[in-house]
Amino acid sequence: MSKNNAFVKFEKVDKSYDGKLLVVKDLNLDIAEGEFITMLGPSGSGKTTCLMMLAGFETPTNGEIFLDSNPISNIPPHKRGIGMVFQNYALFPHMTVYENLAFPLKVRKISKDDIDKKVDKALSMVSLSGFENRMPGQLSGGQQQRVAVARALVFDPAVVLMDEPLGALDKNLRESMQYEIKHIHESIGVTVVYVTHDQGEALTMSNRIAVFNDGKVQQLSSPDKLYEEPQNSFVAEFIGENNRFDGEVLDVSNGVCKVKIGQGEILANPISVKSKGEKTTVSIRPERALINPKDKMDNNQKGKIEEVIYHGDHTRVRINLLGNSDFILKVPNSSQNLDIKLGNEISIGWNSQDARALDPK
Amino acid sequence: MSSETQKILTTDGIPLEESLKKAEKKNKIKAFLLVAPLLLYLLITYIFPIGDMFLRSIDDKMVTKMLPKTFKAMEQWDGKDLPSEEVFEAFYLDYRILVKEKTFGKLATQLNYEKNGFKSILKKLARKQKKFEEGNYKEQIMKVHKRWANVEYWRAIKRRAPNYTYAKYLKGVDMYEDENGKIVQVEESRRVHKKLWFRTLEIAFFVTVFCFLMAYPIAHLLATLPMKYSNLLMICVLLPFWTSLLVRTASWMILLQQQGIVNDFFVWIGLVADESRPEMMYNKTGTYVAMTQILLPFMVLPLYSVMKTISPSLMRAGKSLGGTPFVAFWKVYFPLTIPGIGAGCLLVFILAIGYYITPALVGGASGTLISNQIAYHMKSTLDWSFASAMGLMLLLGVLAIYWVYNKLVGIDNIKLG
Ligand SMILES: Nc1ncnc2c1ncn2[C@@H]1O[C@H](COP(=O)(O)OP(=O)(O)OP(=O)(O)O)[C@@H](O)[C@H]1O
Ligand SMILES: [Mg+2]
Repeated sequence: MSKNNAFVKFEKVDKSYDGKLLVVKDLNLDIAEGEFITMLGPSGSGKTTCLMMLAGFETPTNGEIFLDSNPISNIPPHKRGIGMVFQNYALFPHMTVYENLAFPLKVRKISKDDIDKKVDKALSMVSLSGFENRMPGQLSGGQQQRVAVARALVFDPAVVLMDEPLGALDKNLRESMQYEIKHIHESIGVTVVYVTHDQGEALTMSNRIAVFNDGKVQQLSSPDKLYEEPQNSFVAEFIGENNRFDGEVLDVSNGVCKVKIGQGEILANPISVKSKGEKTTVSIRPERALINPKDKMDNNQKGKIEEVIYHGDHTRVRINLLGNSDFILKVPNSSQNLDIKLGNEISIGWNSQDARALDPK
Repeated sequence: MSSETQKILTTDGIPLEESLKKAEKKNKIKAFLLVAPLLLYLLITYIFPIGDMFLRSIDDKMVTKMLPKTFKAMEQWDGKDLPSEEVFEAFYLDYRILVKEKTFGKLATQLNYEKNGFKSILKKLARKQKKFEEGNYKEQIMKVHKRWANVEYWRAIKRRAPNYTYAKYLKGVDMYEDENGKIVQVEESRRVHKKLWFRTLEIAFFVTVFCFLMAYPIAHLLATLPMKYSNLLMICVLLPFWTSLLVRTASWMILLQQQGIVNDFFVWIGLVADESRPEMMYNKTGTYVAMTQILLPFMVLPLYSVMKTISPSLMRAGKSLGGTPFVAFWKVYFPLTIPGIGAGCLLVFILAIGYYITPALVGGASGTLISNQIAYHMKSTLDWSFASAMGLMLLLGVLAIYWVYNKLVGIDNIKLG
């Protein structure tokens, strides 16, 4: 069976709740079969709305959603066969764990023996065998979460939607659950659409990430691309740490551009600038800039150390550079003791390739 | 580990247990003093009246006190043949005092309850006894009226000898203890109370059902509509609470009577002919309509408070897992509202079973309840002990319903908000 690259397809989807404001604008998104795709974005950017449209609890104001090439606008939620894990678990409080898991199987009129088998399998998948007769209220948050995941998967849906499923868990539990969900995804190959506003979670779990802002997908790419090669300044700012300079393009040539920043000038990689005179925001990841670089780098600037913060495995150094007093450097603590002292003047270098000239902010 | 258990001492050397008790005693006294006014209030306004009601309902001292000598003399009497001369003499002496004090009428009423026909022969005796000669009272009394020679009447007197009686309770269910001490039903034509009990249960039950059927969708709307609409709806639900009960009942009378607005409307649209306007007031229909409307808020509010806590994502989960909207409702939503249903039904049923004003006003002959009968005996016949007995029976009924409910659903499952 060939893999369908557009198993779930949003085509020109708009959504407005009140007829005044579009909360989702011209959404085009192809999700491949078996893919783990994450919608990441700040609060109110329309992620839940997208999931609700896919699950059938909201209708698109415009455009169409396809599931396995079939338009689904006119299919009611219970016929879509899409599993969903809700943000607040939404376990049925009056049913035992077993009954919760058996619910989707019973409505599908599956025989009792098969139900038992499937429930067993799903529970062992989330390592909760033996909890069949507990009520949801007698489970810890993480266990409830796992039951919710098992319930969304037990009826073998083609697509599973998860809306910030780990939002309420503490950090340790969150990390182990991330691992568990990822593991389940790999072992059964279901298509997962995952929503979170925790970028760490998105980066570690997903095949691809769709960064949402203001109802629009800002960038859709794999986690490493997203981090290394942000396509616009929102993504650069939103994902990971970022040093930015606002400036004006002086010259573009041979894949390098010269940008005037305050009094100084730097060389940068022209991503979304084309010609002289444009305003731009240049973005550099903190770990790409080095102190006293040994190799030759085409950007070299002097800056004054304003703050030194010890972080265990690394030290963060805040430097005033080219009028930007928020320039952050990450210095690994294993490196030989450089002259990092408050108030010192140091020399910093980076490659023009790593300084991305993006749209102005 | 040492097997010896040492007594733990406080720093002052007092055993820990003792000092803990001492410390807790103070707290207990404080706590008791705090609730004491409430306890006193409950005692005065609740326990005491109910106790008094109970005593009143079984109290039968009146006759006992009026005929002390007679009952004393009757202790020897086996109740088979006419009593001996001593009994007659004692009765004459007792009765003479009553006539002198002009309280013999009360005795006549009481004994007439016991056996019909006492009133007239006691009156006659009151007149004749003035001329009685000393001695041989048996003859003289029997001469006054031939019923005095009938042993049945003397047995009826003897039955009133005890200080306490459960006769009122029997009467409440249309039964009595006959001459032979057997408990039997009263004759068919006089069985009014049983019918009333059943009618009360029936009306309370159907009012509860109607309230439930109407309140469930309303409560659901209240819990799910956006704030600005749900507030308005809430006001509509609560409006009846802010209107006087009498005003509400009276407006139903205006609406539903035979020449009322609803009937006028029916005639106007040609649903019924002018001559055959249906009677919707002063019968059961009137009671059903008015009581359902009046008790509706008591069903809506508990349901609403429970539904408010049910997360909408549960219904969505039900649907996303493949349940049709009906299945999701029936398997997920409905079971979660059961505590509210229980609370609402219990509340409405118990209120309805003792409802008084509305059925009195709109019930007519076929729509009145047991409480109307109780009120009738309180106000008209002044048979307070019978009213008390029926009141207590009603209370027992309510407690029984509560008990059954607790067995079936569990009382801690109730949620009032
Ligand atoms: N039922 C609704 N009626 C009206 N507006 C809504 C409704 N649901 C969401 N919105 C609006 O739509 C926008 C997008 O909401 P959405 O829930 O999709 O955000 P989100 O990305 O999931 O945010 P979060 O991370 O906080 O969950 C928000 O501005 C929100 O106020
Ligand atoms: Mg959301």
